[in-house]
Amino acid sequence: MDIGAINPVFLIASLMVAATPILLAALGELVVEKAGVLNLGVEGIMIMGAVTGFAAAVTTGNAWLGMLAAIGAGALLALVFAVLTQVLMANQVASGLALTLFGLGLSALVGQGFVGATPPRTEKLTFGPLTDLPVVGPILFNQDPLVYVSLALVAGIWWWLKSTRGGRILRAVGENHDSAHALGYKVRRVRILAILFGGACAGLGGAYLSLIRVPQWTEGMTTGAGWIALALVVFAAWRPGRALLGAYLFGGIMVLQLNLQAAGFRIPVEYLAMSPYIITILVLVLMSSNRGRTSLSAPGSLGRSFHAAG
Amino acid sequence: MLRLEKRPSPSQAWNYATPVLAVLLTMIAGGILFAILGKNPFEAIRLIFWDPLFSEQFGSYSRPQLLIKAGPLILIACGLAIGFRAGIWNIGAEGQYIVGALCAAAVALWFFPAESVLVFPLMIVAGALGGWAWAMIPAILKTRFNTNEILVSLLLVYVAEKLLAAAATGFLRNPDGAGFPGSRNINQYPSAANLELIPNTGLHWGGVAAFAAVLFTYVMLQRHILGFHVRLAGQAPRAARFAGVAPARLVLICLGLGGAFAGMAGMFEVAGPARLISIDFNAGYGFTAIIVAFLGRLHPVGIVLAGLLLALTYIGGELAQFMLSIPAAAIQVFQGMLLFFLLALDVLSNYRIRLALPGRTSEAK
Repeated sequence: MDIGAINPVFLIASLMVAATPILLAALGELVVEKAGVLNLGVEGIMIMGAVTGFAAAVTTGNAWLGMLAAIGAGALLALVFAVLTQVLMANQVASGLALTLFGLGLSALVGQGFVGATPPRTEKLTFGPLTDLPVVGPILFNQDPLVYVSLALVAGIWWWLKSTRGGRILRAVGENHDSAHALGYKVRRVRILAILFGGACAGLGGAYLSLIRVPQWTEGMTTGAGWIALALVVFAAWRPGRALLGAYLFGGIMVLQLNLQAAGFRIPVEYLAMSPYIITILVLVLMSSNRGRTSLSAPGSLGRSFHAAG
Repeated sequence: MLRLEKRPSPSQAWNYATPVLAVLLTMIAGGILFAILGKNPFEAIRLIFWDPLFSEQFGSYSRPQLLIKAGPLILIACGLAIGFRAGIWNIGAEGQYIVGALCAAAVALWFFPAESVLVFPLMIVAGALGGWAWAMIPAILKTRFNTNEILVSLLLVYVAEKLLAAAATGFLRNPDGAGFPGSRNINQYPSAANLELIPNTGLHWGGVAAFAAVLFTYVMLQRHILGFHVRLAGQAPRAARFAGVAPARLVLICLGLGGAFAGMAGMFEVAGPARLISIDFNAGYGFTAIIVAFLGRLHPVGIVLAGLLLALTYIGGELAQFMLSIPAAAIQVFQGMLLFFLLALDVLSNYRIRLALPGRTSEAK
C-alpha cells in the first residue's frame, strides 16, 4: 500500500462533499430538537429525498428541480410525522421508527425504474483566479453550490436561533413547553413548522447523496447517514457550529477509510467500512459520559409530547 | 372544532379494537397503493391475506411458511416488548440477530464434521450469548455513560452487517466452496441442522422456542415482580425509583433478554431455513419485529397474533410478487403503513374526542 498516494488537499476537498449530506440532515434535526421534538425518522426522510430528487432530476433533466422535489418530499414525509406526534399525540420514538421503515420501503418502490440511470451533472462553482490558488483554491473555491448552501445554513440557523424573536420562541417551546404555552406561544404550531423544516433539510441531504456525492440510485443507499446525523446533533450539543465541526470530522473519517480501501491497506474492506459507525458510537459515549453537561445542553422538553390541558 | 380530552386511563375497548382497525385501514390504503401501481387491488389483497392459507394451489406450500416466518418474528418481538414496556428502546434487534447467527454458525463449523448431540444445544447457547453480548454494548454504555441506547443499538446493526459480510467472505467462508462467499451448509450437517419437527407444518425448534418465549414473557410480565417493575418503570419512572427499582439493572435485564431472544432467532434461522451464513442472510426480521411488538400491544398473546399476521404479509407478498409482479418493496411499504395507522389510532384509546362548539367552551385557553 501507499499512504503517500493520498493527497491531503484532495482529501479535505472531498471530505466536505462527504460531510454535506449529514450536515444538512443534522442541521434540520437540530432545529427540530431545539423545538423539543425527537424525530427518529431522519433516515427514512433522507432516503425518500434521495429517490425523489433523483427521479425528478432524471425525468426533467435538471438537477435543481430534483433538489426542489427532494425538499418537498422531505417536508411531506415530515408532515406525516408532525400529524402523528403533534395532532394525534403518538409516541415520538415509535412514530420516527415507523417513518424510517416506511421510507425505506417506499423509496425502493419509487426507485425501481431508476436503478442504473445517470442524473444530470451539477457543475462545481468556480471563482476565477481564486479557484486557481494552490491548496485554498480546490478546498474553498471549487465546490458545488450546495456545499456553500450548507455552510450558509450553519451561519443562518446559528444567527436565527440566537438573535431573532422566532428563534427565541422556538427555544422556549423546546426548553419548557408548559411555560411557553402559558406565555401564549403556539407550541403545536411552532413544533409542526420545525418538523417541516427538518424534513426539508433531510430531504435535501438525501438528494445530495443521490445526485452529487454518489451520484446514482441504489436501494438503501443512505446506509445509516440519517442515524449518524442524529448522533451528530448530540455530539454538537445542539449548537450549529459544532454540528459543522462534527460533520467535517466525520466526513474526514469516511473519506480516509475509503482512501485506505482504495490504497489497499492490509485490513479487509468490511472492517474499514465499520469504522464510521464505531467512531460515531465512541463519540456519543464521550459526549454523554459527562452527565451534567449533556443534560444542561439538551432541550428540556425533548421527546415529551405536549397536550394543552383544559 | 374537534378537541382531544385525555382519558384518566387508556380505554380497554379501543386498546383491542385499534390493531384490528389499523389492519383494515392498511388493507384499504394498500389497495389504493396497488391500484396506483396498476394492479387489481382486490386480487392483490386476496393474494396477500387469503390465498397463502386457503388456496388449493398455493396453500400446501405457503401454510408451513407461516410458522417458519412467524417464529423469529414472535421470538424477537417478545424480547423487544419487555424493553418497550419499561421505556427502554432496543431497536437494534437486527444486529443482535445477525451476531447470534454468526456465533451459532461458528460453533457448528468449529465442530464440523464431528457428530454429537451436544452440538445443537451448544449452538443455541452460543446464539443467545452472541445476541446478548451485542445488546450488552448499548446496555453498558447506557448504564455507565448514559449514552442513548436507541442510537447505539441501531448503529450496531450496520456494524453487524459489515461483520456478516466479513464472515461470509472471510473467516466463516466454506473452504471447499471454490472461493464463493458463504459458509458451509449447516442445514446439511446432521448434528447442527434445525429440521422440521412435524412434516409439512413448518414447525422447527425456532417455533418451539418462540412458544416458550411467549410463555416466559407472559409469566414474567403478568406474574413476576420483575414484570411489575418493568411496567412501573415504563409508566411512572419516578414512582419506580421510590419503589426501589434500580434503573440500571432494568436496562441490563431488558436489553439482555431482547438480545438473547434475537440471537436465538438468528441461530434457528441459520441452522434452518437460511441454511448457511451468506452476505444477505438477514431479512429484516429484527425491524419487522418492532412492528409486531407494537401491533401486539406489547402483550405476549397479542404478539403471537401480530407475528402470524406479519408472517402472512411476507408470504402473501412473495405470492403477489410472483403472480402479479408486485414489487417486493411494496410489502415493506405495507408493513410501514400498518405501524403508522396503529400509532395514529392510538389517540382513540388515550384520548376522548369531543366536539367543541365555539362559544360553548368554558375553559380559558
